[in-house]
Amino acid sequence: METTPLHPWHIAHGGRMVDFAGTELPVQFSSIVKEHQTVRSNVGWFDVSHMGRFRLHGPDAADWIDGLVTCRVTDLAVGRVRYGLVCQQDGGILDDVLVYNLGGDPGEWAMVVNASNRAKIKDWFLAHQKNRQATLEDQTGDTAMLAVQGPKAIALARQLFDRDPAGLPYYGVFTTILEGREVLVSRTGYTGEDGWEVVLPREGGLALAGTLDGLGVTACGLGARDTLRLEAAMPLYGHELSVKLDPFQAGLGRSVDLGKDFIGRDALLRRRGLADLPVRVGLVSGGKRAAREKDQLLGAEGSEIGFVTSGTMSPTLNHPVAMAYLRPDMAVVGTRVSALVRGREEPYTVARLPFYKRPAK
Amino acid sequence: MNPKDLKYAKTHEWVRPEGENYLVGLTRFAVDQLTDITYIELPKVGSRVEPGEGMGEVESVKAVSDIYAPVGGEIVGVNDALASDASLVSRDPYGEGWLVRICPEKSGALDHLLSADEYAKQTEGN
Repeated sequence: METTPLHPWHIAHGGRMVDFAGTELPVQFSSIVKEHQTVRSNVGWFDVSHMGRFRLHGPDAADWIDGLVTCRVTDLAVGRVRYGLVCQQDGGILDDVLVYNLGGDPGEWAMVVNASNRAKIKDWFLAHQKNRQATLEDQTGDTAMLAVQGPKAIALARQLFDRDPAGLPYYGVFTTILEGREVLVSRTGYTGEDGWEVVLPREGGLALAGTLDGLGVTACGLGARDTLRLEAAMPLYGHELSVKLDPFQAGLGRSVDLGKDFIGRDALLRRRGLADLPVRVGLVSGGKRAAREKDQLLGAEGSEIGFVTSGTMSPTLNHPVAMAYLRPDMAVVGTRVSALVRGREEPYTVARLPFYKRPAK
Repeated sequence: MNPKDLKYAKTHEWVRPEGENYLVGLTRFAVDQLTDITYIELPKVGSRVEPGEGMGEVESVKAVSDIYAPVGGEIVGVNDALASDASLVSRDPYGEGWLVRICPEKSGALDHLLSADEYAKQTEGN
């Protein structure tokens, strides 16, 4: 199993380690609920070094990415980040990625991909490079990545960086100096809170963990990361996203630009108009038994109408929430369905996503 | 940390003889592993359980786990306080967080269970 540069820190601080997509990571340190609530109300940090980090360099780097992701990147300003999907020819989702325009001449771009898809996406890019003048470097092993999330994350960053992160727009990215090392900081995250993520040289990971710990910032594990992203209705590859699903079904049409050419575009043009494909919905329950991944959804007459992709007891809302794929005619807010939870039907209602939205400042 | 006077099932339930009946709960090890317990479902009073059979479930934020009957018999009591506050199990697993009271079918029903030391050995290294 792989480990991250922060592995010794996790062990020393009582992290309960689990295998996540081939990397040993902490699922929690104290309690998922406590870590979750700390991020919602204050600030917490996560080791996200398992995520795949690529650098694309060269005059055709932008065109290369543009030809393989669903969002347009050729008009992405320097210092900005955009969310997109990588699809195969039939429109099925290979991964969801963040694309960073780092500027420079002739062009420096970064991409962050899911740990479970890192090798697949690297191979996919190389297989479809054609004659484009650019290189792809996998920097995952040479770097660490931490996410610092919560309403107090930006104020905290002021104490750490030599550039004021308050000037960084949502989905903005800049290079700065942190503890004497050049690092990449973006105002991004996977929790539904304000915050930042930092990519730094591998040896800087442990040092930053120590600094954050010294400042009293709570270390959080994958468990809280999952409940936070679920409340914020952020999809997780392997759950809400897969090669059998397309971005429109996933409700991510805003990240698809059919006005440009990319792999999967022709299929997606067709699939967009299909009215019979299951679509991603939110589900809530007033009960106690949380529907979980793979639980079936049943209609009034007991027929199968969908399946749950992620579900938990929401620590913020204190009732079960789930994301699911549902027959499109049933995917209307307020529709009542049954979830087959460990052999027994539980009433659920289709709800608007996200379940949680951070309060406006 | 496991009380010496209790018997333990491999599936992390404890049993305390109480007159003719057995009081059953979840071990400290189990609740520490689960953390963030949100809901506990228990069998109804009057129902019968077989040893080793699933008799309920404990739901945490992360996952759901089965609760197994360490001994067979009739459920003669359930801890109703858990319905409103499942976290009692985490706070006091060997006391106020008990689960059910079972009237055993036959005597000597505890022979297959582990002592505190044997159970501690099983959970070592976890």
